[in-house]
Amino acid sequence: MLLTVGDVHATYGRFDVLRGISVGVAAGEIVAVLGPNGAGKSTLLKAIAGFLPPRQGSIRLSDEEIAGLRPSALLRKGVVYVMQRSSVFPKLTILENLEMGAYIRPSSPEVKADIDRVLGLFPQLAGRRHQRAEGLSGGERRMLEIGRALLLHPKVLLLDEPTMGLAPLVADLIFEKILELRAAGTTVLMVEQNARLALEVSDRAYVLEQGQVRVEGRGQELLTSDAVRRAYLGGAAPR
Amino acid sequence: MTSVALLAALPLVITDIYYQHVLVICLVYVVLGQAWNLVGGYAGQWSLGHAAFFGLGAYTSTLLLLRLNVTPWLGMVAGGLTAAAVACVIAFPCFRLRTHYFAMATLAIGETLRVLFLAFDWTGGASGLVLPVQRIPSSVDMLWASKLPYFYVILTMAVVVTLLIAQVERSRVGIYLRAINQDEDAAARLGIEPRRYKLLALAGSAFVTGVTGTFYAQYTTYIDPFSVMPSMLSVRIVLVPVFGGLGTGAGPIIGAFTLIPLSELTRVTWGGRGIGIDQVVYGAIIVWLTIWMPGGVMALVRRRRGVSGPRRRDPVATPEAGVTAT
Repeated sequence: MLLTVGDVHATYGRFDVLRGISVGVAAGEIVAVLGPNGAGKSTLLKAIAGFLPPRQGSIRLSDEEIAGLRPSALLRKGVVYVMQRSSVFPKLTILENLEMGAYIRPSSPEVKADIDRVLGLFPQLAGRRHQRAEGLSGGERRMLEIGRALLLHPKVLLLDEPTMGLAPLVADLIFEKILELRAAGTTVLMVEQNARLALEVSDRAYVLEQGQVRVEGRGQELLTSDAVRRAYLGGAAPR
Repeated sequence: MTSVALLAALPLVITDIYYQHVLVICLVYVVLGQAWNLVGGYAGQWSLGHAAFFGLGAYTSTLLLLRLNVTPWLGMVAGGLTAAAVACVIAFPCFRLRTHYFAMATLAIGETLRVLFLAFDWTGGASGLVLPVQRIPSSVDMLWASKLPYFYVILTMAVVVTLLIAQVERSRVGIYLRAINQDEDAAARLGIEPRRYKLLALAGSAFVTGVTGTFYAQYTTYIDPFSVMPSMLSVRIVLVPVFGGLGTGAGPIIGAFTLIPLSELTRVTWGGRGIGIDQVVYGAIIVWLTIWMPGGVMALVRRRRGVSGPRRRDPVATPEAGVTAT
């Protein structure tokens, strides 16, 4: 396993959000985390990214314990987190936004080459690199955020609801991009509300409820499992 | 460049001392506005305590001159450094706060410093400090009878500070400051330490403000807490870039050359009545102008030009454009 979360507990104040969660992500996998609101999905990502240090439990990257490290240290180790809400800088140009993404890397020709590579990945952005990000659509902003994260050569890319607020067609596009990233060797752990789509693209998935893992399995299995469908996918018949 | 040359030649044409004085004060506010813009406009940290930095600069150099006979040319640097050092201390608690809470905290600290300087003996208390006017004229002591030398000193400062801040804006630090202004949390997620850059901006801003305080002390040859540390001064400093255009190089220039003459005009026209009607008129005009052009003069200029697509990055057009416009 590339990333192993073992029996992690985390609290906001006196409120237990994660109550002994164990999750694993192997290199090259796309793993989805599903579950109702308040199940602790986003909190799990925040705990891994270092924004909410776990009260108890271990988080390992390969063989190294990373629980409790500062977010900037985790960024340097390749644990890169893309926020749930939009986090582009609207008044900066697309290029400047990308440069911000490479902040922790010393500026070098390689960074420039990486930026070009990211722009190649998202042709929608490439032609408008000198325009302000405020002119981008919701989907394009998401792509910019993901592209910005890629500049740090993530070992694990943590995506918090990458398709939130996007039109279905745009959401499909984002998922296509995520599949492309995986094909290029990126490991992804994502939280999604859009469970059906998430299960279709992910290798494995965990369903959380009240801060604990309720169900885990392969994406396709969960998609066709009656129990999961009834409980989390709205009970519609499988396609 | 030509506009700076024109401005430099202006006092040779305008020989009236009063108008020369207005010109000097305009340039003082250009420097103060540019300095405030660095932390308030670019980094988005609305300090309402800049009068304290101004006063610290004025008191530091004046005390050095009076007690130790240190030339104000060095005292100026000492004043700037004192202001920057105090800014670093202030930043500690204040940068835990955001937006209007930060503004209120800086306002409170500025007022506290003013009251302290009023109470201290070594600052001359309420009776203030008089500079060694008997030495006039003396270039070493930065004291002259004519307004011209003062004009050229402050003009040089205005040009240098304007160019310097334009340079910062185009640098990587400038991008970081604007990013922090727009979304501090998102910037932090990328590994940027917002407090470090906010501190840098505040310290730089305080330094320039302190240096300007020294200049002002030398220019007026008398300082007390009411003249160099009032909270109204902080507000006036903020108004200049806000009026001209926040986070733009031309904003403080436009702001200073509009607001200061306007305030002088209302003061000269209605000030003699003794009931503060000039302040009422001045305030009303500002309210009206703000309604007419929210976002400042530069936002209006941008809308007229229809600049919304590619960002303009014309390095020459930024600083001087405002001088020509006024």
